[in-house]
Amino acid sequence: MSVILWLFVTVAAYELGRWLRARTRSPLAQPVAVAIVIVGALLAVSGTSYDDYADATTLISFLLGPATVALAIPLYHQVSRLKGMVVPVLVALTAGAVVSMVSGILLVRWLGGSDVLERTMASKAVTTPVTIELTARLGGYPELSAAFAIVIGIVAAMVAPRVLTLLGIRDPRARGVAVGAVSHGIGTARMLEESCIEGAFSGLAMGLTAVVTCLLLPLVAYLLL
Amino acid sequence: MIVGLLWLLGCQLAGTVIVELTGIPLPGPVVGMLLLFIVLVLRRRDGEDDPIIQVGDYFLSHLQLFFIPAGVGVIAYLAIIRDAAAPIVVALLGSWLLGLATVGWVLTLFLRRVPPTVGTDGAPGEEIE
Repeated sequence: MSVILWLFVTVAAYELGRWLRARTRSPLAQPVAVAIVIVGALLAVSGTSYDDYADATTLISFLLGPATVALAIPLYHQVSRLKGMVVPVLVALTAGAVVSMVSGILLVRWLGGSDVLERTMASKAVTTPVTIELTARLGGYPELSAAFAIVIGIVAAMVAPRVLTLLGIRDPRARGVAVGAVSHGIGTARMLEESCIEGAFSGLAMGLTAVVTCLLLPLVAYLLL
Repeated sequence: MIVGLLWLLGCQLAGTVIVELTGIPLPGPVVGMLLLFIVLVLRRRDGEDDPIIQVGDYFLSHLQLFFIPAGVGVIAYLAIIRDAAAPIVVALLGSWLLGLATVGWVLTLFLRRVPPTVGTDGAPGEEIE
């Protein structure tokens, strides 16, 4: 019973989020954020543990896998635009990954956070399964790093297009790559709504950033932690 | 529909097998994404009625739905987050903004020499439903 109950509640909360989004036309009303608040409140009211909820909704979390595979489709549509982009994208992503990891670690340190928290913050820019894996290896809290990744993804979905415009970044390819590099799948979902180009490059950056971060994190950890 | 779903699941399966065999520290679906990209490029067929593209586009239009179960997990960590709110909030937002600006600016510098190329499809504001 609880499986179908929580599956229904989750999809219904998502649909309510979509309705709110269409109704308010506000980027702050991201369906994923609305649904998390609703489901979280219902779990608290009904006294259901998060583990029970997660077990009941494995069907939905499983679909994240094929959906990630499907990110190849917008990328394929942009294949004619990829010419001459490989080296620039790799250079930009490498620079971004280093800045993101180093600034995350140092900001936690300067503000008096613990050593474990530094290790948890280091890889939060990449897609959640990779964050979990890298943080576990580094000695942080793996699930908390996944929570960080999701929160920053939601923040990006809310404000990234506006922030990019404020920063003077107008080329849709650069906008997409920048969001995918630091806000993984949830940021990519927003960029897919913005335009095909931004969505495709965001998905590409999400995948490549995971690779780059895996390679660079041991070095950053050796130098800083 | 089913053919498209089979391709997505097949690429995820192949990606997962590759990860298991080689031990590369990437999730199976991300490797599967690269595999599907190769399949699509080799196949060179992109009609609107293609099953892979139909199913894939439908999944992508509801990408946020699939993050909800993991996202609800945030509430399990509210106590830790509250105890170290200042370093967490500042480091999270600060490193995100610095990373975003770095990637965007570095790429913009490079792209001045690479024109945005042909076609007008995918102009900003185009909605995917």
